[in-house]
Amino acid sequence: MTDLTSLTLAEARKGLADKTFTSLELTDAHLSAIEAARVLNAFVLETPDQARDMAKAVDEKIAKGNAGPLAGIPLGIKDLFATKGVRTTACSKILGNFVPTYESTITSQLWRDGAVMLGKLNNDEFAMGSANETSCFGPVGNPWRRDGSNTTLVPGGSSGGSASAVAALLCMGATATDTGGSIRQPAAFTATVGIKPTYGRCSRWGIVAFASSLDQAGPIARSTRDAAMLLRSMAGHDPKDTTSVDVAVPDYEAAIGRSVKGLRIGIPKEYRLDGMPAEIEKLWSEGAAWLKAAGAELVEVSLPHTKYALPAYYIVAPAEASSNLARYDGVRYGLREQGRNIIEQYENTRAEGFGAEVRRRVMIGTYVLSAGYYDAYYLRAQKVRTLIKKDFEDCFAKGVNAILTPATPSAAFGIGEKGGADPVEMYLNDIFTVTVNMAGLPGIAVPAGKDAQGLPLGLQLIGRPFDEETLFSLGEVIEQAAGRFTPARWW
Amino acid sequence: MSVDAATVRRIAHLARIAVSEDEVPHLQGELNAMLAFVEQLSEVNVEGVEPMTSVTPMQMKKRQDVVNDGEIADDIVANAPATEGHFFLVPKVVE
Repeated sequence: MTDLTSLTLAEARKGLADKTFTSLELTDAHLSAIEAARVLNAFVLETPDQARDMAKAVDEKIAKGNAGPLAGIPLGIKDLFATKGVRTTACSKILGNFVPTYESTITSQLWRDGAVMLGKLNNDEFAMGSANETSCFGPVGNPWRRDGSNTTLVPGGSSGGSASAVAALLCMGATATDTGGSIRQPAAFTATVGIKPTYGRCSRWGIVAFASSLDQAGPIARSTRDAAMLLRSMAGHDPKDTTSVDVAVPDYEAAIGRSVKGLRIGIPKEYRLDGMPAEIEKLWSEGAAWLKAAGAELVEVSLPHTKYALPAYYIVAPAEASSNLARYDGVRYGLREQGRNIIEQYENTRAEGFGAEVRRRVMIGTYVLSAGYYDAYYLRAQKVRTLIKKDFEDCFAKGVNAILTPATPSAAFGIGEKGGADPVEMYLNDIFTVTVNMAGLPGIAVPAGKDAQGLPLGLQLIGRPFDEETLFSLGEVIEQAAGRFTPARWW
Repeated sequence: MSVDAATVRRIAHLARIAVSEDEVPHLQGELNAMLAFVEQLSEVNVEGVEPMTSVTPMQMKKRQDVVNDGEIADDIVANAPATEGHFFLVPKVVE
């Protein structure tokens, strides 16, 4: 029954409802696929017993006819989400063998709706990275390889395990988080669909914090419809997160197939970078042509502060991270390294527990918040952030419904290929996605084509606040025109 | 702006991360690469611009000032590296 893993979530939902197969059969098929794909290192913890128990329980509910909208669907959970009784580490040594005594709001909503947990997925340590290379569990392999090459490529990051597992048919969908592009960039690198909803759309409660004013969770799936189904269960107001917004959650799936006729799509000229590969340029024009053919109107727009988004991000995000990560002190949970006094214990614990990228970001964050530098760095960056958001507001005020851009400046690259000498080289991966986090807007990445080496490339659509529906409608148009992309199995 | 070796050691101490002497030059290079990258923000005219405090225009929500959680001391200490009863154990802090 291994072909069960190639179904889309929507197809599996039908098969379960029609009793063509059970959730237990669907779950077992995925557990076998996970076992056969360990070389990808997408899962950092497999939970087969729990998965089968959940599947059996939901099969009973399906039989009784009172199952939820995701009944019986096996999912992978990024290791940033606290799962009760199941080790949660954020892929950092400092969390060691942390076993939460509570469940994150998002995962509890997925279980409420009948989903089944297959295990915990790899990610960059504390979600800091763009290649899933900073995880304490080691890098993740991308199921996609260049034509005729055996080189293992990165799946992107930080939600690299989520993207890799979904693309390799190890789970029907996955939770992910996005602080500067961590859902959309890996989705683009693996030909999957990833949506970062509007800031406040999904509760952050129970998700290991990186940069709280930018962090937002969302799904990675194999189609826009599947992503819409998952987001509906993940979204919603949560009194436990003061930044979660009390706005009704629409039926996102109803937006799939909705006409895009008359929608105004902005093409921002500032995203046309010097030295941008011709293939990305071509993909972008093709995407625009598909939307036009579907009846949308294309307009050139200007987002003048685009180039400042990434530098401003590398002040705001590390500053918030240095504050959030102060809690890892070796006292209340996680790793403890002894010292001669408590200060030394803190210092030794944090030196031993944090990886190089995390140490670097905590230190830069500490510096930009320190006395004498706060105004020059942090305050200025937050002012620039206001300007970045205003660029988008001006654009939407002129009647633009959504903005089309490339998702990434390149296709996936090899493990260890980038950022070795200069960390900024790796940071540039997020150049097209980070603006969206800075402005708190929704953004979706959809697969749109391949480069000359056979690697997938994605397009990004940016929407008005809380208008994820338009992104799903437009994403579906691109998906229909571009077709679906599945990697050839080599693992 | 750039940081010197003494500043790197000072930041490391502020961040409570032990840094050995041979790590300092490397860290200094990386931090300076990041600072050089963010330097371009100085060309933006931010005169009269309000710093962002909330990305979504919303009122800070307030909840009822009542106890709605608690009696979970076992849970709180469940993951601690060293405990005695419901207390966290740390090295002596006050002489």
